[in-house]
Amino acid sequence: MARRKSFLAPGLWIPAGLALGLLALPLVALVVRAPWAELPVLLADRTVTSALGLSVLTAVLSTAVSLVLGIPLALVLARSAKWPAVPRRLLRALVTVPLVLPPVVGGVALLLLLGRRGLLGQFLPFQLPFTTAAVVIAQTFVAMPFLVLAVEGAIRATDRRVEIAAATLGASRWTVFRRITLPLVAPGVASGALLCFSRALGEFGATITFAGSFPGTTQTLPIATYLQLQTNPDAAIALSLVLLAVSVGVLVSLRDRWVPGLTS
Amino acid sequence: MRKAAVAVAAVLVLTGCAAPAPEHDDTLHGTIAVFAAASLTDTFQTIAAAFSAQHPGVTVTINAGGSSGLAAQIVAGAPADVFAAASVATMKVVTDAALTATEPTVFATNTLEIAVPVDNPGHVSGLADFADPALAIALCAPEVPCGAAARSVLDTAGIVASVDTLEPDVRAVLTKVELGEVDAGLVYRTDVLAAGNRVRGIEFAEAATVVTAYPIARLSASTNPDAAAAFVAFVHSAAARAILEEAGFGAP
Repeated sequence: MARRKSFLAPGLWIPAGLALGLLALPLVALVVRAPWAELPVLLADRTVTSALGLSVLTAVLSTAVSLVLGIPLALVLARSAKWPAVPRRLLRALVTVPLVLPPVVGGVALLLLLGRRGLLGQFLPFQLPFTTAAVVIAQTFVAMPFLVLAVEGAIRATDRRVEIAAATLGASRWTVFRRITLPLVAPGVASGALLCFSRALGEFGATITFAGSFPGTTQTLPIATYLQLQTNPDAAIALSLVLLAVSVGVLVSLRDRWVPGLTS
Repeated sequence: MRKAAVAVAAVLVLTGCAAPAPEHDDTLHGTIAVFAAASLTDTFQTIAAAFSAQHPGVTVTINAGGSSGLAAQIVAGAPADVFAAASVATMKVVTDAALTATEPTVFATNTLEIAVPVDNPGHVSGLADFADPALAIALCAPEVPCGAAARSVLDTAGIVASVDTLEPDVRAVLTKVELGEVDAGLVYRTDVLAAGNRVRGIEFAEAATVVTAYPIARLSASTNPDAAAAFVAFVHSAAARAILEEAGFGAP
């Protein structure tokens, strides 16, 4: 194979290397500094196992909710290109705001809406905060935009003529969505779901503000990590390793089959 | 804010009376970073303002947070000059790491008090109500000093609390009470006073069984040891004592 001349200016290697170092070295430090010998004992602790179980459960549930609600929203967003500017921009802003909002602010906003004295919460027959459902809602609030934007990008990149052809051949709009659109955007859905799951798994600010922290009910792995850091830094490092391992594991396991965009 | 201003004015009057020609110690300059427990947030802002009034050359920055987290940051090398912790145990983390320049000294004490929303929707009247599973209850997490104190008070009283959330610091408990999301929380007496009319405080007899001591120490990593020492001395002064009392802290 003939070697092509690289177009990368040599001066770019230095900032690129610094960027990579900034991203990777903290994780290297985490792995190096980890109390490997005590790890089995630290991880067998009930706080850890219940926090890990709760984190995986809630992140799966919030990803599922995001898929069910987020794909239709992504479709609307993708088709909004023909709308007038004001509603189109408003819709995009509403979807994007949770991405840039500090999660704690999101948590306060959720309390003011769904809390016991919230705008809607006061009419609920039950109390939402401090329940596992509240964790899922907080995670969905923060993580769903990742999925919506990924899927929207995939939809915009599809060839609409395929859908139109299917429609002229007599397929109903629902059939077109199910048999044509969805398979076409599947890679985008998969990478969006992956980002969404990872973000939900790491969610801290909105969760602790809206759902609180109680072992087994609302104390997810990031919250347990933060609390352990107060008294037992070794345990906190062990928990951080678990979060890191789960995130890397998800990335690696889905890499080739589902997310072509992430392969090298 | 107004209360703070009044307190500063009071201190200025007090110190003015004590020393007719106010000593502006011009040998002290620069900035000091004071790491202070979350429960000291407002009080230390006021004390810092009074200190800066005496030493115009010194700028005091307060970094307030959960004591245990602050201790962990100091051990990890955070650039702090003074540490004021909400428990002897958290201060010990720092002294054990040989990071204090002076022996820590206790400058204030605090006790727990029940905080309920203003309209007291759960009709909470005492610590026994914390066992009621129908009520939403917030405590500090046992990993932080206010949580350790809460656990100790409940244990002493023989009450098994039906807790809904274990918050990372005392201010988070207070916020949940203020928003009415919980029926009751255990916070420090000073937090109830600081919240003014946004929460209602309920004193309880068992609170006297657990008295939280606040130690302060100058840190060996301080780059401005003279100003740091002056600040620690000021916290023990009569002027600072008045501010602390105003905020509800007990004498050491």
